[in-house]
Amino acid sequence: MTTNSPSKVHVTTTINGQQHELLVPGYMSLLDTLRELIGLTGTKEGCLDGNCGACTVTVDGRIVDSCLVLGAEVNGKTVETIEGMATPEGLHPLQQAFLEEAALQCGICTPGFLVAAKGLLDNEPSPSEGRIRHWLAGNLCRCTGYDKIVRAVQKASS
Amino acid sequence: MHPFAYVAPSTVAEAVAVLNEHGDRARPLAGGTDLLVKARANVWELDAVVDIKNIPELMTLSVNGDGLSIGAGVPCYQVYDNSDVAAEYPGIIDGASIIGGIQIQSRAGLGGNLCNASPSGDGIPSLIAYSAVAKIASTSGTREVAVEDFCTGPSRTVLEAGELLVSIEVPKPAANSGAAYTRFIPRNEMDIAVAGVGVFVQLDDSGQNFVSARIALASVGPTPILASAAGDSLAGKPVNDETIAAASSLAKEAATPITDMRGTIDQRKQLVEVLTGRMINQAVERARG
Repeated sequence: MTTNSPSKVHVTTTINGQQHELLVPGYMSLLDTLRELIGLTGTKEGCLDGNCGACTVTVDGRIVDSCLVLGAEVNGKTVETIEGMATPEGLHPLQQAFLEEAALQCGICTPGFLVAAKGLLDNEPSPSEGRIRHWLAGNLCRCTGYDKIVRAVQKASS
Repeated sequence: MHPFAYVAPSTVAEAVAVLNEHGDRARPLAGGTDLLVKARANVWELDAVVDIKNIPELMTLSVNGDGLSIGAGVPCYQVYDNSDVAAEYPGIIDGASIIGGIQIQSRAGLGGNLCNASPSGDGIPSLIAYSAVAKIASTSGTREVAVEDFCTGPSRTVLEAGELLVSIEVPKPAANSGAAYTRFIPRNEMDIAVAGVGVFVQLDDSGQNFVSARIALASVGPTPILASAAGDSLAGKPVNDETIAAASSLAKEAATPITDMRGTIDQRKQLVEVLTGRMINQAVERARG
């Protein structure tokens, strides 16, 4: 293929419970698809190489770095982002715990931590501190450090 | 990043046809955790990526009487979540469960780890230790390459333009065998090995003597290394501190590391010796059940 403007890919995907039909450039990341095509800017761009976890979302229930997924790859799949965590009734228990434990300062890493932590608690409601720390190793925080974040996740555990 | 087209074929024949058409300007996409980083950094300038995850045989993980077959696109978490693999191939689990963090393990797999051909690929030494074979397809047919011969240099493999890794075939381990892999890193996780060692051993029925052994090293040469002399030195020998120390010393001699930001030549050679001893002991423990 010699063209510099490859054709777009038709994608049907469910994001936070809502079905979307999109035309996505083949090279566009899921992160950019969410932020630029759909306007869901809660998912943050950090390192763009899979180290920091700021862009964490779930695809079919598994947490992934959305900077390392193509938008075209989520055709037929279910995506959950930070915007899907709170309900009209209130914050998700993890969000409430992050507030109460002051588990954030600048907040850039927070959506990624929340989505990653939800990915853990949805499957393991009572993880050990070690398990929480291991699970969140793919998320970096440069202000608060990790103790308050881990305490918040413990607080939201059953 | 150079704009590329996204193609998602459902058969190997379609996939290799696209790869063949584009030569080195197309790459297979499995987990994307190396590919998209390299494309974004303009290490690779691509016109097309070929998503292999809609091809059933590349997404199949199966354990049976012949051995373990790992489709090239199977992500790490499916490997370490599989109780049959965990029971029969613990060395492979050791590698698959330390590649990146949980987000990476949702996507990255052993096939991609092998094709990325990093000297530090944590998934590769155990595959070598277990005598695994890479099954490769192209428009002209299929061929098989032993995993120890697959990587030819940093980011270089035997794959030619248009070729596609289909699966990694791991023979069923003999009775009384065990395996283990570990790496040294300064952190607890999310790091690149300073040195890594994978060991496979087969013991006799008494569990007191080695029948055979294979030892493979990571991060101490331009490719993962099969330390043949080290493994062969154990064949027919009793399991004791002396024979294990001798094999560890031979493994150290097989290491040809460089000094870089992660460690020095001397540190890495020392690590290989220490880790080899530990992994032989752990593999023996597992072999004895």
